[in-house]
Amino acid sequence: MATTITMPQLGETVTEGTVAQWLKKPGDSVEKYEAFVEVSTDKVNAEVPAPVTGVIRELIVKEGETVPTGAPIAIIDEVILRQAQDHIGAGPGDIGAGRGDIGAGRGDIGARTGSPSEQVAAAHALRQAQGDTPQAEANRQASDEPVPGALRQAQADDVGLGGPAFSAPSGPAERPSANGTSGGHDGAVTDKGVRVSPAVRRLAREHRIDLGGVRGTGDNGRITANDILAAAKAGPSAGVAATITADNAEYTAPAPASAAPRAPSTAKPSYASAQPGDLIPLTQARKIIAQRMVESKHTAPHAWTMVEVDVTNVWKWRTREKDAFEKANGVKLTLLPFFIRAVVESLAKFPLMNASFTDEGIRVHRDVNVGLAIAAEGNLVVPVIRHTDQLSIKGIALAAGALIDKARRGKLGADDLAGGPFTVNNTGANGAILSAPILVPGQTGIVTTEAVVKRPVVREDDSIAVRSMMNVCMSLDHRVVDGAVASGFLSDLKKRLEAMGPVGSL
Amino acid sequence: MTATAQQQTGATVMTNVEAVRTTLHDALVRDERVLIMGEDVGARGNVFLITKGFLEEFGPQRIIDTPLAEASIVGVAIGMAMEGLRPIAEIQFADFIYPAFNQIVGEAAKTRYRSNGDYTCPLVIRTPYGGGVRGALSHSVSIEALFYHVPGLIVLAPSTPADIKGLLNAAIESPDPVLFLEHKKTYRSVKGEVPGGYYTIPIGKADVKKDGTDVTVVSFGYNLHQALDAANRVAGDGVSAEVIDLRSIRPMDKTTILESVRKTRKLMIVHEDNKFGGIGAEISAMVAEEALFELDAPIRRLAGPDVPAMGYALPLEEEFMISTDEMAEAMRELARF
Amino acid sequence: MAKSTATRGRELDRTGLSDEQLVAMLRTMLLQRQLDNRGFQLNRQGKIPFALGSEGHEAVQAGAAMAFKRGADVLVPYYRDLGLALGVGMTPFEILSSLFARVTDRSMGRQFPNHYTNHDLGVLSISSIIAAHCTHAVGVAAAFAFRGESGRAVICSNGEGATSQGEWHESVNYAAVHALPVVFLVQNNEWAISTPQEMQMKVANVADKASGYGIPGVVCDGFSPIATYKTMHEALERARSGGGPTIVEAKCYRFLSHSTDDDDRTYRSRDVIEERRKLDPVPRFEQVLIEAGVIDEARAKQLKQDVLRETNEATDAAEAQPYPEASTLYTNVVAGDFRPWQE
Repeated sequence: MATTITMPQLGETVTEGTVAQWLKKPGDSVEKYEAFVEVSTDKVNAEVPAPVTGVIRELIVKEGETVPTGAPIAIIDEVILRQAQDHIGAGPGDIGAGRGDIGAGRGDIGARTGSPSEQVAAAHALRQAQGDTPQAEANRQASDEPVPGALRQAQADDVGLGGPAFSAPSGPAERPSANGTSGGHDGAVTDKGVRVSPAVRRLAREHRIDLGGVRGTGDNGRITANDILAAAKAGPSAGVAATITADNAEYTAPAPASAAPRAPSTAKPSYASAQPGDLIPLTQARKIIAQRMVESKHTAPHAWTMVEVDVTNVWKWRTREKDAFEKANGVKLTLLPFFIRAVVESLAKFPLMNASFTDEGIRVHRDVNVGLAIAAEGNLVVPVIRHTDQLSIKGIALAAGALIDKARRGKLGADDLAGGPFTVNNTGANGAILSAPILVPGQTGIVTTEAVVKRPVVREDDSIAVRSMMNVCMSLDHRVVDGAVASGFLSDLKKRLEAMGPVGSL
Repeated sequence: MTATAQQQTGATVMTNVEAVRTTLHDALVRDERVLIMGEDVGARGNVFLITKGFLEEFGPQRIIDTPLAEASIVGVAIGMAMEGLRPIAEIQFADFIYPAFNQIVGEAAKTRYRSNGDYTCPLVIRTPYGGGVRGALSHSVSIEALFYHVPGLIVLAPSTPADIKGLLNAAIESPDPVLFLEHKKTYRSVKGEVPGGYYTIPIGKADVKKDGTDVTVVSFGYNLHQALDAANRVAGDGVSAEVIDLRSIRPMDKTTILESVRKTRKLMIVHEDNKFGGIGAEISAMVAEEALFELDAPIRRLAGPDVPAMGYALPLEEEFMISTDEMAEAMRELARF
Repeated sequence: MAKSTATRGRELDRTGLSDEQLVAMLRTMLLQRQLDNRGFQLNRQGKIPFALGSEGHEAVQAGAAMAFKRGADVLVPYYRDLGLALGVGMTPFEILSSLFARVTDRSMGRQFPNHYTNHDLGVLSISSIIAAHCTHAVGVAAAFAFRGESGRAVICSNGEGATSQGEWHESVNYAAVHALPVVFLVQNNEWAISTPQEMQMKVANVADKASGYGIPGVVCDGFSPIATYKTMHEALERARSGGGPTIVEAKCYRFLSHSTDDDDRTYRSRDVIEERRKLDPVPRFEQVLIEAGVIDEARAKQLKQDVLRETNEATDAAEAQPYPEASTLYTNVVAGDFRPWQE
C-alpha cells in the first residue's frame, strides 16, 4: 500500500516549505517516526518523521525545491507490521511542536478525508432539500394565482402602495443559526407574504409603476429593484397612476384605478362612475388632494384678483398658425403656450411671484418652472414645464403637449412633477369666465385662463368694437406678496398678451 | 530579499509577513525616533520572525525586549510617545491585549483629548489576530469590535501586502495612537505586489478589491480573501459581487460603502469576530440610516458565532470560522433574493 | 519664642539648601495649604463641584519639588500633588482655573480638578486610573535613555495605595530591568480613601518592596521638607547619572477626607487625626526656620499674608474667566476630523 507524503505545515502561518535534504533515498526502508526528510520554511527548519513504516518508493521533490504545504513530496510503500497495525490511520506524531510559537512544527502530514468544503456542500444540499417541501411548493403556486381584489387591495393598503403584491413564501428554509451566519430574511416577510423592499417601494413610487403589473424575478417571485427599472423602461403599467402635487414626491400615490383593469369587475362605487346614493371610498389620491387643498387654504392667506385681457390679436395669430403647427408637430396649438410665454416674461420682471414662503424666509427661485394644472382620470395633477423661461412659444407648446399627453396616459414621472413655483390653470376650457383657484402648497401664485368670449368693448378712442376678451384670474399667497406686486404682475401680463400678434414668430 | 534592496527597485511580490517586516525595517532606517518594543522582538526576532535580524542591525536601544507584561508594554510606549519618540509596541497575540486594555482605551486614546492637545500620543500598537490556524482559545481572537468603539483611537486592519505597507507607514506617521491588526492566517498565505519606495495609504479609506453589480460584500482580514474567492466562484453562476476591503476600521469609509450599496442595493458584511455588536452591526445601522431606500434586500451579516472562542479541535475551529463555501452560498442567496 | 535673624538659633541640617531655598519651600507649603483651603471653601459656597485636599503632604511635595530640576526633569504627578505642581512652577491662577473649569485651564476645563498638565514645565497629563501613569513615567525615562540624555530624570508620584496595582509593579520592574532614570516617589499617607495601609500590603514599608526589584528603596520623613529633599535629591542624582530607579517612600498623613465627596468619620477616629495634627508639617517647618533664624515671625506672618493675597487675586481672576465654549467638546479628539465615519 502506497502512502503519499505531503509537505507538512510547519507553523500556523506557513504556506510553503523547501526540501532541504532527503535523509533517505528510493529503496531505503524507513521506520514510522524516523526522520526521512529535512524541510525548511521561513519560520523553522525541521526533520520530518515518517508517518508509516515502509520503503521509499519515490522522492517527488528535489532538494532545494519549494512547494506549497500539502503538495506531495514522496511516496512510501507501506509495510504493515503487526505491531504497527494499531497506529495506521492514527495520524502523525506531534514532533517538534512548541518552539515558543503556537503549533510551530506541527507535523500535519497526509490528507484528511471529508474536507470542510465537502461538509458544507452536504449541508447546503440538505438545506435545499428542506426548502422544497410540499408547503413551499404550495406557497409558490399560490403566488401565481389571481388574488381576489379585495384581499389584494387590503394587502396593498398595508404596505402603502396602490398595487397588489405577490404572495411569497419565505426564502429557503433556514438552518438553525448554529454559528450565527444564517440568512435571516424573515424581517421582510409577513404572514401574508407581502415582501416589498424599501428600494422597490421607492423606485415604484418614483417611476409610478404599479407593482401589480410587474412580474417578480427574485426569490419566490419577489419583485426586485431591477424589475421595477425594467418595467419603467418598458412602458406604462396597467393603470393610470395619478400624482397629486407638483413639488413633493413623498405624497404621490397610484390611484385605485390602476388596479382596476386587473381586478375582477365589480359594482363598487367609484369616482369615475358615481351614482346617486354612492359612498365612494376615499382613495389615497383623493385623500391627498383633500389634504393638500385644506393645507393650502389653511396656511396661505389667499388673495384674489382679476384682469380682462384683449386677446384679439394673439387669437388671430394662433388661428393663423394652428393648422400648420399641428401638421408639423402633431400637437394642437392652443392659446396656452402664448399665455405661458407671457407669464414667464412677467415672472422675470416680478421675481417675487416666483417664490415660496418658508419658515426661514421667502425663497426666490432661480429657475422658472411653470406648473400646468391638468385634470386626469378624476384626479388633479400639476406637471411642470422645466425652465419655461428658456422655451419659445413653440417649445412651450410641445412641452405642454407632451405633459398633457403623459398625464392622460398616466406616464408622468417624479421629475415631471417636482419643483414648480407658479401654476397656470386653464379653467376656461369648459366655458368658465371667473375662477378662484387654490394655490398649490408652497407656491405664490396661480393664474387662470378663462374662456375667450367675443364682447363689445369701448376702446381708447371711444369707439366700440367687437373684441376677443379673456379674463385672467389670480390667487396669490398674501404672505409673500401684497396687492401692489400682484396687480403690477397682472397688468404687466395683460400688456404683454395684448401686444402679442397678430403676426409673429413662434 | 532585504528591505533596502526592495526600496531601491520597483514593485516586489511578497507575503503579508514580509510586508510588515520590510515596512518596519524601512521605518527604523528612515526615522531615528522609531523603535520596536515587545515580548521576544529582539533575540527571537518576534514569534513570527517579523523582526528577525533587527536586534543585530539596530541594537537593543531600538529593538527592546520588554518584561512579559502587556500593560507596561503599552504604558511605557505611551510615555515614550508623549516624550516625542515613535514607539511601535507589539502585543505578541491579540488575545494577550486585554491586560493593556486600560492603557489603550483609558490612556492612549484620551491623551490628546484630556490635555486638550498639550500632549499627544503618536503610538503604534501592532498585534496579530484571527483564527483558522489551530490557535485555540487564546491565540485566535479578533478584537476589532472591542476597540473600534473608542474615540481617539485609530484601528487599522489591512489585508494585502501593499495595503499593509501603505497603512503601516501611515500609522507610524499618525500623530494619534493606532491599533494595527494583522491577520495571522494571511501572514504567509497572502502574497501580492508591493510598490517600491515610501508611500502611505490614507487612513479611513476602504478599497474596492473587486467591482460588481449584484451584491456588495464588505469585509477585511482573512475573510476578505475568502470573499474574493467566493466572488470569483459565484461569477460562474452569473452573480456579480462587489468586494470592499475596509482596511480601516476606525475611522471607517462611509462613502465607499454607500456608493456600492446604491449600485448593488444589496449588502453583506463578513467578519470573523462574533456577530453581536461587531462591526457589521455598525455598518448595518449606518446603511439603514443613510440608504434604507436603496436596499432591495435585508442586510446580511456573516460573522463568527457568539461563543467565547474557537476550540482547539479542528471541527470546533471550522465551525467557528466562516467558510468560503458559506460566503459563496450567501452571495448567491442575496443575489437571488 | 521670637528670634532675630541676627542671632542664629538651633543648628539646622540644611543639606546644602540656601536660606532662599528654605524660604521658598515654606512659601510653597503655605500656598498649598491656602489653595487647598480655598478649594474646600469654593465647594462649600457651591461655586465648584469638587475639590480634593492635600493637607499633610506639604512637606513631601515641597521637598521633592526642590529636588526637581526645572527644564530638565519631568514630573508625572498624581491627583494629590498640588504642592509638587506649585513647586515646579505652576501658578495659583492655573490651579484655580482648573477648579473653576474655565478656558484658562490648560485642558480647557476638561480635566477633573487636581489632574495637572503643563507640557512647558514638564508636568505630564494623567488620568484618574491609579498607577496607570507610572508606566508613562517609565516611558518618559526610557525616552531620555533612548536619546542618551543624561542629567534628566522623572519623578513618578503616587500614594501607597497605588503600589497594590499591577501597573505600579510593572513600572518599577521595567525601570529596574532597563536601569531607567526615574524615581518612584510614594507618598504614604496611610489611607487610600477608606482603606488603611495594612489592608494594602503585608510589608511595613513600601520601600521594602524595592529589594524585590533589585533597586534601592528608601524611607524618609515626609513631614520634613528637608529630609524629603535630601532623599529625593540623592535618588534623582543617581537616576540622572545612569544609576537607575529608586523607590522613595515619604511617610506623611492625610489630614482631610479623601475629597469633598468623602466623609472620613465613617472609617477613622478623630483622636488619631488630632494626634497627627500636632505634627502638622506646615507650622512645624515655619517654627524650624524661625528657630534656626532663617526667618523671623514678622517674615512668617508676611509670607502668610502674601499667599492669602495671591490666592484671593487668583480666585477672582480665575472666576472671572469664561467657561469653554460647548463646541470645544469636539476638538482635539484626534488630529483633524474626529468622526468615526469618514465621508
